[in-house]
Amino acid sequence: MTIEDVRQIILNILADIAPDEDISSIDDNTKLRDQIDLDSMDFLDIVMELRKRFNIEVPEKDYEHLATMAGCVSYLTPLLKDRSMAS
Amino acid sequence: MDKPQKDWLKGVLSAYDTVVIGSGLAGMTSANLLAKMGHKVLLAEHHYNMGGMATWFKRKGGHIMDISLHGFPYGMIKTLRKYWTQDISKRVIQLKNIRFDNPQFSVNTSFDKIDFTHILRERFGILKEVVDEFFVTARGMNFYDDLIMTTRELFEKYFPGRTDVWRFLMEPITYANGSTLDDPALTYGIVFSNFMDKGVFTYQGGTDHLIKEMKQELLRNGVDIRTHCMVEKIYIEDKMVQGVRINGQDILCKSVLSNSNLLTTIEDLAGEEHFNSEFLEEVKKVRLNNSSCQVYMGIKKGETIPHVGDLLFSSVADEYCTEQILNKDVTSRTFSFYYPEIRPGTNRYSIVSSTNARYQDWAKLSESQYKKDKHDLEQSTLDALEKYVPGIRKKVDHIEASTPKTFKRYTLHPSGTSFGTKFEGLKVSRDLPKQINGLFHAGSVGIIMSGWLGAANYGVIVANETDKFLRQLSPGLLVTASV
Repeated sequence: MTIEDVRQIILNILADIAPDEDISSIDDNTKLRDQIDLDSMDFLDIVMELRKRFNIEVPEKDYEHLATMAGCVSYLTPLLKDRSMAS
Repeated sequence: MDKPQKDWLKGVLSAYDTVVIGSGLAGMTSANLLAKMGHKVLLAEHHYNMGGMATWFKRKGGHIMDISLHGFPYGMIKTLRKYWTQDISKRVIQLKNIRFDNPQFSVNTSFDKIDFTHILRERFGILKEVVDEFFVTARGMNFYDDLIMTTRELFEKYFPGRTDVWRFLMEPITYANGSTLDDPALTYGIVFSNFMDKGVFTYQGGTDHLIKEMKQELLRNGVDIRTHCMVEKIYIEDKMVQGVRINGQDILCKSVLSNSNLLTTIEDLAGEEHFNSEFLEEVKKVRLNNSSCQVYMGIKKGETIPHVGDLLFSSVADEYCTEQILNKDVTSRTFSFYYPEIRPGTNRYSIVSSTNARYQDWAKLSESQYKKDKHDLEQSTLDALEKYVPGIRKKVDHIEASTPKTFKRYTLHPSGTSFGTKFEGLKVSRDLPKQINGLFHAGSVGIIMSGWLGAANYGVIVANETDKFLRQLSPGLLVTASV
């Protein structure tokens, strides 16, 4: 999976969690919750989705890495690089 | 009654991934989520209806009474959409007319930040800067805050000596989750801010409709729902959950998610012998929250009542007072008015009066005294309502009361607690899985995890942990992220 694939996966998850938000214009280096209406339950949803879709466990101490899109991509790409997009 | 006893466990599997004990909003929401995550879930409910405190009952004359329907925050829409269905979430509607009437003031409000700011400034004469700072402080409160400050101290800081303002800020939250001036300020700040976001909401269709929809969704997702099924014991060996006994029958499971009361779960269902002494010390310190009395009034078919408000906080007490609010000699009542819009097409009205109450005040009465006191409660409630709905006695054709004993009978909660436990219960609930592998608890704890929204969201938080636990049982399945 490429960096672009991982970014797309995060966008897909965000689209499910916050369907009323415009996620197409997300800036990768600004905090997600400053751009779209996300609360702590929404971040929990991201963690649950990653576990469900990819069997990836994000420990609580690593939640801070999910604050920005760039953070998500750099944190998750090493874990997903050997997976195919269909998984 | 010679009917052969029905086997409510007929066709049950011999083992499940998770047994969820109790179908309150926390239990149902976690069961739904775990099933959607692919786990085999059994949901066991002792009562014939699901919903726990989110319940209703029907009476002759076409009456439907809701117990706790009116008054959850806007956040419930999102919770219903994400963890239930889009259709369910679309039925949430706002209650726009929240009323206060007491010796200190009489106010109508839409119960949101804009209107509250306006009223605090215009009606109570509080400076804008103070109001703004109070909102910022309340909104900024979180788990990590200093727990020493109480709500009383918070109010004293921003509105010194202004018991009228305290009442305006506190009465609705006491109604919503049983909290008082002496609870940690952060419990107030979190719940108050949730409401102030957009106001107060309810579910169009009534509680019966909501629970029916939820039941269908649970079945669609493969949850094995069993009503009339009492979980009697959680089996634990070597600090691991092994199974449960339901209606005398043993069923294996890898995990248990208890939506039963926290203390019942630890002391009765699991058994103290499985916990270490340090943890049990914490358990002993957990205070149950108070219970409630309610009076249900059904309006005659064809009769109407004018729109006098959706929620009415009425009191004849001089000031807001925690002790007085719990007193059996009732001075404060919250009336929930259910107009035909709640169940479109039915054209029926009902009114439910709620007061906070202590179990021991009702439990100790003789049977005849209990009956008499219930009757008196009904009559004094009608007297109090007359001020707002003139001629109410002619409009009502069904009235009955429930007490803390009634709540205990239907929910099995110790002392009939209608708001779970006080704040210290949250840590014990969270720490339960560290004591016993596979044992989880979700339900009203710590005030912030109370009410419809708090309970449902806590169900999600605990379902997440249960899912994590179940996946870790299969070695090699999980990639643990590390940077």
